[in-house]
Amino acid sequence: MAVITPREISRRLPSPVVDADETFDVVGKGNTLATVTQKVSDAVLRDRLRPGWVAFLLFALLLLGVMAVAVVGIVVMGVGLWGINNSVGWGFDIINFVWWIGIGHAGTLISAILLLVHQNWRTSINRFAEAMTIFAVFCAGLFVLSHVGRHQYAYWLFPLPNSMGMWPQFRSPLEWDVFAVSTYATVSILFWYVGLIPDLATLRDRAVRPLVKKAYGIASLGWRGSNQHWHRYMAVYLILAGISTPLVLSVHSTISFDFAFSQVPGWHATVFPPYFVAGALVGGFAMVLILAIPLREIFNLKDLITMRHLENCAKILVCTTIFVSYGYAMEAWTAYYSGSIDERFMAWNRAFGPYGWSYWSLLFCNMVMPQLLWFRKIRTNLVWLYFISVVLSIGMWLERWVIIVVSLTRTMLPSTWHGYTPTGWDWAQYIGTFGLFLTCFLLFCRVLPVIAMAEMRELVHHEMHHGAHAHGHGDAEPNGGFSGSDPSVTPAHA
Amino acid sequence: MAQHAERTSPEIEFPIGIGINNRGADIRAAEVDRAQRKHSVWGITAEFDETEPILNAARAARREGYTRMDAYTPMPVEGLSDAIGYRNKQMPALMFCGGLFGCSLGYFIQWYSLGYSYALNHGGRPYHSWPNFIVITFECTILFTALTGVFGMLILNGLPTLYHPMFGVEGFERHSQDRFFLTIEARDKNFDFEKTLAFMRSMGALRVDVVEK
Repeated sequence: MAVITPREISRRLPSPVVDADETFDVVGKGNTLATVTQKVSDAVLRDRLRPGWVAFLLFALLLLGVMAVAVVGIVVMGVGLWGINNSVGWGFDIINFVWWIGIGHAGTLISAILLLVHQNWRTSINRFAEAMTIFAVFCAGLFVLSHVGRHQYAYWLFPLPNSMGMWPQFRSPLEWDVFAVSTYATVSILFWYVGLIPDLATLRDRAVRPLVKKAYGIASLGWRGSNQHWHRYMAVYLILAGISTPLVLSVHSTISFDFAFSQVPGWHATVFPPYFVAGALVGGFAMVLILAIPLREIFNLKDLITMRHLENCAKILVCTTIFVSYGYAMEAWTAYYSGSIDERFMAWNRAFGPYGWSYWSLLFCNMVMPQLLWFRKIRTNLVWLYFISVVLSIGMWLERWVIIVVSLTRTMLPSTWHGYTPTGWDWAQYIGTFGLFLTCFLLFCRVLPVIAMAEMRELVHHEMHHGAHAHGHGDAEPNGGFSGSDPSVTPAHA
Repeated sequence: MAQHAERTSPEIEFPIGIGINNRGADIRAAEVDRAQRKHSVWGITAEFDETEPILNAARAARREGYTRMDAYTPMPVEGLSDAIGYRNKQMPALMFCGGLFGCSLGYFIQWYSLGYSYALNHGGRPYHSWPNFIVITFECTILFTALTGVFGMLILNGLPTLYHPMFGVEGFERHSQDRFFLTIEARDKNFDFEKTLAFMRSMGALRVDVVEK
């Protein structure tokens, strides 16, 4: 009686049609330590300035200019330029804050959680996903900073001793948010930089031009790959991954507290923390795919960021969209089961009120569309995958729109009901943050390795020696002085 | 060694007058040379292109009694610390202390400010309303754990540093790409230039090199 393993099932499935240079392995065949290093670092050091990249950067800078105008306008004139009003006090600022920071969470999931659970396929996508996290947090931070209104007092958010003898309101979820987001930004940057140090050393050692060599030399802090250094480095890296895991979950939970701790119908629900975290991951993984698909084409990294990675991201999307679908169902159910007239009206108003279109679009984007990803042919079709990722990003934005704006337009007291229309300033800042994000990301692609080379070398080395017959061999034997001592034996094994 | 051999070998090259019976000066010159070299040598390094040979070399060196050695590798190599005999558990302890500090600091600020310094009645909650303090305490714990970990790691590793003798080794730029270096340092008490050099040459390395200070 043959036992049917998942591996067996996947072998029997029809293999999808892909280009000849695509692979479903974690790493393309024939890669060695040297080829991985060369491919990734040449994209930074040897690649010529591509006109496409320059054009894209100019476009991003244009959007960045739009953002600069929007931010200056808000600082000089005040938040009255936005479409918010007495009833709907949170508009695009908070929607976009939550949307951007949610996008960031996928980066931390990939770099920390998947590391802890030994998903080694994550290696090649973790660097740019972490970069995505940091740039997304910048964009998110910009919205909260501009929404405080009196920007000259923004530092009051932090507990600094002052002559007024006042302290921030530590009992408020909004203050928790300040700590959660600033900690998240700091830890993400540290985690990213620690991961970058050995790779910056590689760039230093491969750079030809003296100035470039010096710049990477300074940035790599004199890293020399010493075993003692690696020893401490790995200890820190693992613990950072360990603490980033609860951190990322806490950040979006805390953001959900901003809503759940209030009494607005549609916000006051216990499902919010897990529901928000899952939503963050949907938006984040969609953005990972939106960035990864062009990135691997442009920088010719198809055998490092392989179809396996894209497919796994698609599978995570299916999983997390099921979580958020559960969240939508629970919101409706809680509204009904609470027996509260306000909660029930909120649920009705979402679906059939003046903003009903956004609710149905949301359900279509986040519940219906991702179901296509169950089919392997669609998952592995890059055009479809890209399209679905964009749709999911829009869907996640609509989710925040529905939760924040639609709930606020009609709260418990009908005399306070008020519509909400974003103004040009709202749109300018939203579109402008794409400029900030893209500018940062494009510069990152040019000056830093988009793939973590040191981790990749470890992975390739492992694949070379144990990949093909991991089951027969057991793990790397620390005392394997017999089989591995003769270098001529090793190629035969691999 | 090569220089030593040159000085003593063909006597015919010496100018007339210093010539054949000047052995004593030659021996003294060799001693001076050796003493100078002892001061200028930082260690002896062997270059490998795979992990297995460097692991074996490290184990062999340890069996020979060498303790002051280090490897320079393009990625962390499993088992290399054991092979070299390097043990270090500073980081987890340090990060724990950092976390404990952050935890205490976060809680203390909230307890002090809302309980004493700026005590306000917020919706009838007690001044010491600990459930409200959990989130910020948690975030501060994480923040200080990470800061201690990263900066502690850099400081204990002696980074940033502008120079290290290993950077003078020819071909060392491949340590960050695809080559593995094992260095026995001159400060090792068993270090003897000739013997260590011979030992390293017997390890099947691609190349053995002297690391100058």
